[in-house]
Amino acid sequence: MKRRLPGLAERFLREMGRFGLTLWRVLVWTPRAPYDWRQLLHQIVVVGINSMPVVLLTAMFTGMVLALQTFNVLVRVNAESFVASLVSLSMVRELAPVIGSLMIAGRCGSAMGAELGTMRVTEQIDALEVLATDPIHYLMVPRVWATTITLPLLIVMADVIGIAGGYLIAVVLMGANPVTYMHRTYQYMDLRDLFSGLIKAAVFGLLIATIGCQKGFYTTGGAEGVGQATTRAVVLASISILIADFFLTKVLF
Amino acid sequence: MAERPKILLRGVCKSFGEKVVLDHLDLDIAEGESMVIVGGSGTGKSVLLKHIIGLLRPDAGTIEVDGVDISTLGYREITTFRRRFGMSFQEGALFDSMTVWENVAFPLKRASPKTAPEIAERVAECLHLVRLQGAERKYPSELSGGMRRRVGFARAIALEPDILLFDEPDTGLDPVIKALIDELIVDMRKSLGSTTVTITHDMRSAFRIADRVGMLFQGKIIALAAPAEFERIADPRVQQFLQGRATGPLTD
Repeated sequence: MKRRLPGLAERFLREMGRFGLTLWRVLVWTPRAPYDWRQLLHQIVVVGINSMPVVLLTAMFTGMVLALQTFNVLVRVNAESFVASLVSLSMVRELAPVIGSLMIAGRCGSAMGAELGTMRVTEQIDALEVLATDPIHYLMVPRVWATTITLPLLIVMADVIGIAGGYLIAVVLMGANPVTYMHRTYQYMDLRDLFSGLIKAAVFGLLIATIGCQKGFYTTGGAEGVGQATTRAVVLASISILIADFFLTKVLF
Repeated sequence: MAERPKILLRGVCKSFGEKVVLDHLDLDIAEGESMVIVGGSGTGKSVLLKHIIGLLRPDAGTIEVDGVDISTLGYREITTFRRRFGMSFQEGALFDSMTVWENVAFPLKRASPKTAPEIAERVAECLHLVRLQGAERKYPSELSGGMRRRVGFARAIALEPDILLFDEPDTGLDPVIKALIDELIVDMRKSLGSTTVTITHDMRSAFRIADRVGMLFQGKIIALAAPAEFERIADPRVQQFLQGRATGPLTD
């Protein structure tokens, strides 16, 4: 008799295995010709340009709320002059990458799951294989790389907008000194803070696209299956982002 | 047997979980022959077709195409090997992000050394053969079921394959379009000289297209004959299918 692992552990290991296998296949196929630059560019537009409004809006409000909250707390200990440093460091190191990536997981991870899932159930993926085209090469490689490349670029913009949002609240609404505020924004920031956030963003991008594509690619069972694949893509990508965030913060400090 | 069959299946078995779909199935298909496989829904006809083209691998048994056992081929070898196949899928399986023209040009761009003008010429030829000139710029969502099937045909024949596979080419179409589709299959076969395997549950279509008809039931080919003889097979399972009766050995 086979001994079975408890349900949750088994599921966790299976998901990890699938993720690893999918990522491995994407990496193996990446250097192989033909290179589909048009697809890559198309995906960069879909993930990057089309997600700009939602990511930037989220970053803006996050920066604003952060300034509002920290100001109200720090004023109690007469440390309101540090609002700027707090906003900028939190945005760059943590909030912009994580919140921005969660938005992208909801927007693009789900779309990838649904698109590839539909292609699977309508036999379009089988058709690709029959037409001597590897579906992983054709569908996954451009999506994974486009998301991995684009996310850090988006997050740089989100950093700027988030800090601007904080500035707006602190200076305009709370009457902070604009010159001190700008000075404090950069005073304690290191290039390393910026890079740690961008490395996080790239890793999250890789996670979102790989999970989204994998869930869609192995969809079974019609319209309901596509719905499930989409849901799972978003849920799993979001959880992975938060877990990976912890470990990356530990490593990159 | 004087000539080696183009496609040869021996003892092919396939199960999904507990469900046995193909059970020691044997089948020979000769060069240039038009084989039609009939059988009820869910009897594994599509699964059989997907084995021939290597989309599914058998649990046991061998599948030889041109004397090559395709179940032993590696992943990249089978991708190259598939260039000699053309396959039309149940609902067409057109790429819905591409126009009709792009769909038909897709295999040519991916797997042939043709230049852009040569590709354009071949696409026009294929669309002419399925009588769909003028629909080049339409998207699959703008086409009727029959037209979608025909674009699927055009895409399948673009690389001038040796072997053509049709998965339920006329399911869900009206009788007139069905007749047209059957006619197209016969035409395409003539102009390409290819071996074809068609799957259907429509006996009328089967008799129009086939050199030989095989019936699949419980994972095996239970009857195999030329259309004229097929009708006279006494097997009660065949007779029930031919007459479309609800009760009989197939449904018990």
